[in-house]
Amino acid sequence: MKTNTSIILRRLGLGVVTLLVISILIFVGVEALPGDLAEAVLGQSATPETVEAFRKELKLDLPPHVRYFSWLGSFLRGDFGTSLANGRPIADLIGWRFSNTLFLAGITALISIPFAVGLGILAALYRNTLFDRSISIGTLSAISFPEFFVAYILIAIFSVQLTMFPSMSNIGPQMTLLQKIHAVALPCLTLTLVVMAHMMRMTRAAIINVLTSPFIEMARLKGLSWRRVILHHAFPNALSPIINVVVLNLAYLVVGVVVVEVVFVYPGLGQLLVDSVAKRDIPVVQASGLIFAFTYVFLNLTADILSTLSNPRLRNPK
Amino acid sequence: MSVLKTLEELFVKGAISRREFISRTAALGLLAAVSPSLLPGPAGAETPQKGGRLRLGVSGGSTTDSLDPAAITDIMMQLLIYGQLGNSLVEIDHENKPVPELAESWEASPDAKEWTFRLRKGVEFHNGKTMDADDVIFSINHHRGEESKSAAKAIVKAITDVRKDDKNTVTFILEDGNADFPYIMSDYHLCIMPAGGDVQAGIFTGAYALKDFEPGVRAFAVRNPNFFKPDRGHFDEVETIAISDVNARTNALKTGQIDVMNRCERKTVHLLERTPNLQILRQDGFKHYTFAMQCDMKPYENNDVRLALKYAIDREQMVKTILRGYGTVGNDHPVSSANRFYAKDLPQRQYDPDKAKFHLKKSGLKDAKFRLHTAEAAFVGAVDAGVLYREQASKAGIDIEVVREPNDGYWSNVWLKKEWCAVFWGGRVTEDMMLSTAYAAGAPWNDTSWNNKRFNELLVSARAELDEAKRRNMYAEMQQLIRDDGGVVVPMFAADLAAATDKLGHGPLAVNWELDGFRGPERWWFKS
Repeated sequence: MKTNTSIILRRLGLGVVTLLVISILIFVGVEALPGDLAEAVLGQSATPETVEAFRKELKLDLPPHVRYFSWLGSFLRGDFGTSLANGRPIADLIGWRFSNTLFLAGITALISIPFAVGLGILAALYRNTLFDRSISIGTLSAISFPEFFVAYILIAIFSVQLTMFPSMSNIGPQMTLLQKIHAVALPCLTLTLVVMAHMMRMTRAAIINVLTSPFIEMARLKGLSWRRVILHHAFPNALSPIINVVVLNLAYLVVGVVVVEVVFVYPGLGQLLVDSVAKRDIPVVQASGLIFAFTYVFLNLTADILSTLSNPRLRNPK
Repeated sequence: MSVLKTLEELFVKGAISRREFISRTAALGLLAAVSPSLLPGPAGAETPQKGGRLRLGVSGGSTTDSLDPAAITDIMMQLLIYGQLGNSLVEIDHENKPVPELAESWEASPDAKEWTFRLRKGVEFHNGKTMDADDVIFSINHHRGEESKSAAKAIVKAITDVRKDDKNTVTFILEDGNADFPYIMSDYHLCIMPAGGDVQAGIFTGAYALKDFEPGVRAFAVRNPNFFKPDRGHFDEVETIAISDVNARTNALKTGQIDVMNRCERKTVHLLERTPNLQILRQDGFKHYTFAMQCDMKPYENNDVRLALKYAIDREQMVKTILRGYGTVGNDHPVSSANRFYAKDLPQRQYDPDKAKFHLKKSGLKDAKFRLHTAEAAFVGAVDAGVLYREQASKAGIDIEVVREPNDGYWSNVWLKKEWCAVFWGGRVTEDMMLSTAYAAGAPWNDTSWNNKRFNELLVSARAELDEAKRRNMYAEMQQLIRDDGGVVVPMFAADLAAATDKLGHGPLAVNWELDGFRGPERWWFKS
């Protein structure tokens, strides 16, 4: 167990370095974009005088490295700062949006993961049958369409024709959990269709891979049923790659859903990031970029720990 | 019904008298079908109903929005701050005329340099304070001065001093005479706020008071019981929802999640028109699309090149293809037929490949390639318009190369920088504002770098001229100068297209801004 703790600590240290590097990359990236906040916010009303006054007040006229380190200093003190564009505290801007993003990702994960893994196991169990082929074709076609296309099709069917679910998922604090779930039904379904194929195919491949091992043949020769062989012997040994792909998809559900947010008017973090990049509002871009980066680092770490724990050979390295 | 439509149009334009209009429609037995707005009185007039929640789904909301009127740049905040929460001294009515709002009346000194506004008495802000001259001075000064970072800084630059005459009278002293000053005071940035208050608080005098605001997501306002206009502000509640995707707006409207959407997609608006229970709100206003040539850059310093390119564009086809018919042709100047001093008698420039060839030959640039910089960010369909233009010009032997620029940063990197590019103009309520902004020599947004001595003189003298007939002639001459010498190709004026449930009632729509001059929430109502 001692080695485990030191591995985790080392990974955490590396994670912090990664975040620092990312913050520099984001800063340099936004700086490299043409135009700045003053010009972007004022748009066509940007006369040189007004832009000048704007830059002075927001200290945009200071050199970039001075601005970066002053931002880093307050960030390390736990102060996210305020949005340059409207002066609101960034913590307020991000807080509820991030919880919305997590809510949608959570609901989608709750539905898609058991479903995908279950279908993957079934596909392995009945591999090369009509059943296997049809779910493969189904999930792969769903992933092949762009997200917004799947979303529009679902809106056309469930919202316009059947009027079962709303086409707009604006959820508010005054709604009950059930109302919220009803509101996010369509974005959730869209995302489920998008992430299913990846997880399902990986589960199927991992299990089939294990099924060719000698110990499975032994188990079969002992006269165990296919069901028992797969669930008790093959699945635990196939867990490690499955965990990795599931976690990767979870990360995607948190950071990569801006298109779905726009189509369903869902107030999540993605839209905030896009708006702030368009307006060159660096502190907001930094904060949301780091949250996304942190999500990735954290989930990857979780994946590694979980696959180590699920595999005795990794747990006790020689 | 088309006979009726024509009669209505003639009547509105003043081509036939009221008496004639009534007798001719009555002769057709159509009087009952006449738009109620044209005939006052109980005959068919629709009285606005109180109540209901208006849900607006609009584009142009951003998470970076702020409640400070100095920071307004896009439709969501215009519609919220100017359309629901606030008022300025002057309002623009549906005939594009200035009418009293927070000011009861105004008068100018003979040189149009001093403007005295008498304020309406007893107007209350949402926080209960009564409005007086100090509030007006505070609100205007918010945009003035060196430190101001207001988007309206350029608009109020001409005000050299603001004087409080008494509690309810304010005088503005201008640098130079300006006969259109009341129009300036109708600007959406110049909403009146309580003096000394927090400019981000959302406290104004408007028909609705703000309850809840999340930038780029949603705003919620409820009726202000102390609103000073008895015949306005009919809804109980107004909810403004930011929906940036046009398909999402359309779906939300079709499934009844919102009552009004702005900026319909021109490609699909004919389908919306056919949808039962929906109505299209069309406004033919000042919005126009241009191709701006920089007259101080090669080869556009030569007027023959400019004329060749002006004759090489088929405006009718542009309107038909790019605007899908929802617009009108332009005449190579930025003044719209909705403006007061539009030059009706100026002949319409036609597509004429032969004349284009003639001018190109005269310029001596027969084999030149003209690079037209464009992007969808310039206006919807700008890239297609460029390609169409290339095809039309090729018939005159003119070689246009369409250069597609990135959307991001188009206004800072392409506009005003490249020698020829596509531009969107929202237009202005007055000729003077439009021409001073984009055609006066030295103006920061003179995107054609045009410098015409006669035009610049006329612009200054017309601004201070209080005699309407004289002004009309001056503006007509200026329109002709831009058309024949200017660096701008104005192929089309685009209509604003919004859609709403047919339960929504409204009078004749204003054209100064979209959604009834942004004032839909204040002016509209639900039919019972």
